[in-house]
Amino acid sequence: MSTPVKVALVGNPNTGKTSVFNSLTGLNQKVGNYPGITVERKAGSCTLPNGAKAQIVDLPGTYSLNTTSMDESVVVEVLMNRNDADFPDVAVVVTDVENLKRNLLLFTQIKDLGIPSILVINMSDRMSRKGISLELEKLESRLSTRIALVSTRKHIGIDRIKELIANYQDLPDNALLDIERIEPEYFGRLLKLFPDENPYKLWLVITQDINFGTVEKARLKSDVLFKTKSEAELKRMQHRETVLRYQLINNALKGAYEIDPTAAKSFTSRLDRVFTHRIFGYLIFFLILLLIFQAIFDWSQYPMDWIDERFAAASDWVKNALPPGIFTDLLAEGILAGIGGIVIFIPQIAFLFLFISLLEETGYMSRVVFLMDRLMRPFGLSGKSIVPLISGTACAIPAVMATRNIENWKERLITILVTPFTTCSARLPVYLIIISLVIPKGTIMGISYQALTLLLLYILGFAAAIFSAMLLNRILKIRGRSFFVIEMPGYRVPLMKNVFYTVVEKTRSFVYGAGKIILAISIVLWFLGSNGFSEEFRRAEEIVNKRIDTEGYSAYSESYIEAKLTEFRNGTPVSPTTQPNAINLKAQQDSVQAKTAELRESARKQEIASFRLEHSIIGQMGKAIEPLVKPLGYDWKIGIAILTSFAAREVFVGTLATIYSVGSDQEETIKNRMSYEINPTTNKSLFNLASGISLLLFYAFAMQCMSTLAVVKKETNSWRWPMLQLGFMTVFAYLVALLAYQFIY
Amino acid sequence: MKLAQVFTVLLSLLKFILNNLSLTVADLKPGQKGVIADFTDSKLPVKLLELGCLPGNKVELLRIAPLNDPIYINVNGSHIAIRRTVAEQIVLRPVEDPSRL
Repeated sequence: MSTPVKVALVGNPNTGKTSVFNSLTGLNQKVGNYPGITVERKAGSCTLPNGAKAQIVDLPGTYSLNTTSMDESVVVEVLMNRNDADFPDVAVVVTDVENLKRNLLLFTQIKDLGIPSILVINMSDRMSRKGISLELEKLESRLSTRIALVSTRKHIGIDRIKELIANYQDLPDNALLDIERIEPEYFGRLLKLFPDENPYKLWLVITQDINFGTVEKARLKSDVLFKTKSEAELKRMQHRETVLRYQLINNALKGAYEIDPTAAKSFTSRLDRVFTHRIFGYLIFFLILLLIFQAIFDWSQYPMDWIDERFAAASDWVKNALPPGIFTDLLAEGILAGIGGIVIFIPQIAFLFLFISLLEETGYMSRVVFLMDRLMRPFGLSGKSIVPLISGTACAIPAVMATRNIENWKERLITILVTPFTTCSARLPVYLIIISLVIPKGTIMGISYQALTLLLLYILGFAAAIFSAMLLNRILKIRGRSFFVIEMPGYRVPLMKNVFYTVVEKTRSFVYGAGKIILAISIVLWFLGSNGFSEEFRRAEEIVNKRIDTEGYSAYSESYIEAKLTEFRNGTPVSPTTQPNAINLKAQQDSVQAKTAELRESARKQEIASFRLEHSIIGQMGKAIEPLVKPLGYDWKIGIAILTSFAAREVFVGTLATIYSVGSDQEETIKNRMSYEINPTTNKSLFNLASGISLLLFYAFAMQCMSTLAVVKKETNSWRWPMLQLGFMTVFAYLVALLAYQFIY
Repeated sequence: MKLAQVFTVLLSLLKFILNNLSLTVADLKPGQKGVIADFTDSKLPVKLLELGCLPGNKVELLRIAPLNDPIYINVNGSHIAIRRTVAEQIVLRPVEDPSRL
């Protein structure tokens, strides 16, 4: 048996399907995308007891083949198209023993498609507590299947699943529901036209709005017989189909599935009394949010700093170990810087997904949606928008992807469009450096002004998101029935294995998704910054040396040298007596002279590097837009940094690092260097309160992330929305920054 | 002709009155139960039925969200939350004494 058995894993959400998948495949799983859309495709493999291999695809969870979202449509597309790469030889339908009745609806539908199916009844460890008893043989015969009673928590039953998969060819493939019972006349005609097709499949083609391989919807629709069914009539027939299916299920379960009604769902309802309490519910949620933010911003600092150091060290090592030249530069400053820029966000992303995954695994997330729905609706959002909005504080990319479970298209679109306003982690490096440069130290009521500013920026981000949502809600004329349904699963202890896998998967997708773009941009930037076509660029060293000899050092250099010397003088006390660090006056004067010479040399190198940058390609671009950014209080250097950060916000700091220290060996912090910068027109410090606030506001509102735009395009299936987002947010950011600078200055 | 028209009008009036008098899921108080009779509007999403909201099934209201919407119900064993606008479309079998639900 050389070709592996193709298995499709399907089931309702919250049945532990993921755990089954993880138990079957272990670490042999791969996450990718379905072509053309951003739904994740999870596939893995395992070895069966008879030695053969099985390829398992974990399809998105769905309640039925009558789909209401993109995720769910994928399931139908795979199962209907024999030519699909993932079309299964056998389907493993995962159900939860407590919700068996409802879970079986999907099972009957899959059986009706003629796909051999194995029924997995999961969470068997809860049977005794809930007073549930099963008669498996009766069920197997009534449902024409083989059953594996499983508990992923106790690791029971997984081998039975593998056994059943190995013997999949013994599974009966008959349909369960006689489709014609929905409306005999209609289906009679249908079957006369297509005698060779599976009737349920035909029915799905008529009612579902998706792409199919074999049976063409257009062909069916154009046939005059079927034009007679209106939307309403089709709906009524679907209702009838559901009623018939449940009758079938009830008959199958009679006498084979018993629940003791006295074993009530007390634990969950007791917890719900607290978690959905009108006051405590919100309080608890707020505290949990605080905890999440604490983790994302505080605790992740340690790994982030470590990563920063490692990459800086690696860059230095490369520069020293390899011969000087373009390739070395590219590697050290382009590629390593680029990769470093991505890797450094991993701790924050990982923490965020850790918390979200924990909240979902315990079942608490549904309660959050329950609490927030009424609050979000006046803004055109849904309770389900809360997860994307929270995720947006780490990164908008996974946040936009998380909107997939919002059924109403208008609510979903608005959520996608406003999520980038929330302060993502890439904005933090920009905020932190500007705040520490321009916001005065000092506290008010125990909180420092700097921390307060940061908090205000966060609140601003959320406020902008909410108000744009309100605006969009008025403006967008999209009709659609808003129907909102969310399952409230029982509270359960999270399975850490699942949480772990989720965190790894999502982080990996962030790194590859955003990573590719950021890396490419970093390399391009490096190139643009180290090459130039102008005469000035080529003869930079010569020109600058001449300038220094005739005109002296630049104002920036002078202030830098002065400050450094003062620091130096204050650091070495002079005394004729026996103080430990003291040196005598003459020696000090000599060392000051030596220090000055050293500083002058370093300043010279710095000016040459700066001059080169100014006349490089990107420098010229920055100069070109300078008139645009001057009214905001910036100069061409910041202009360059803003341009480059349209690719990815965090590139701002890296670009400034390049601008202020290309070629320099000093380990001066960027912040210090920036503080010496003088604004040529005012002759005062460039980074002052007005320009600083203007810059902060610009970054708060501008849409500066190519990766997010790419994801928005994929999720909304058109360029219109991302372009609109880009246009609106940038213009808005510009105006606000302009007003801020002119007003404060 | 005229009589038929009057009859039709009276019938729709009757329907209107009955609709507004009928008990829906939205009228339940926490802890109260009912049995689903019908839907006011056949445009109810199929998903709701698939989750167990079928005529003949029992429904119990578990909790109402702090701002009165959505509501958390147990229908046929499925624990789900739905918005009031949808709940108002699920009609329950009339009961003589609603306070004894």
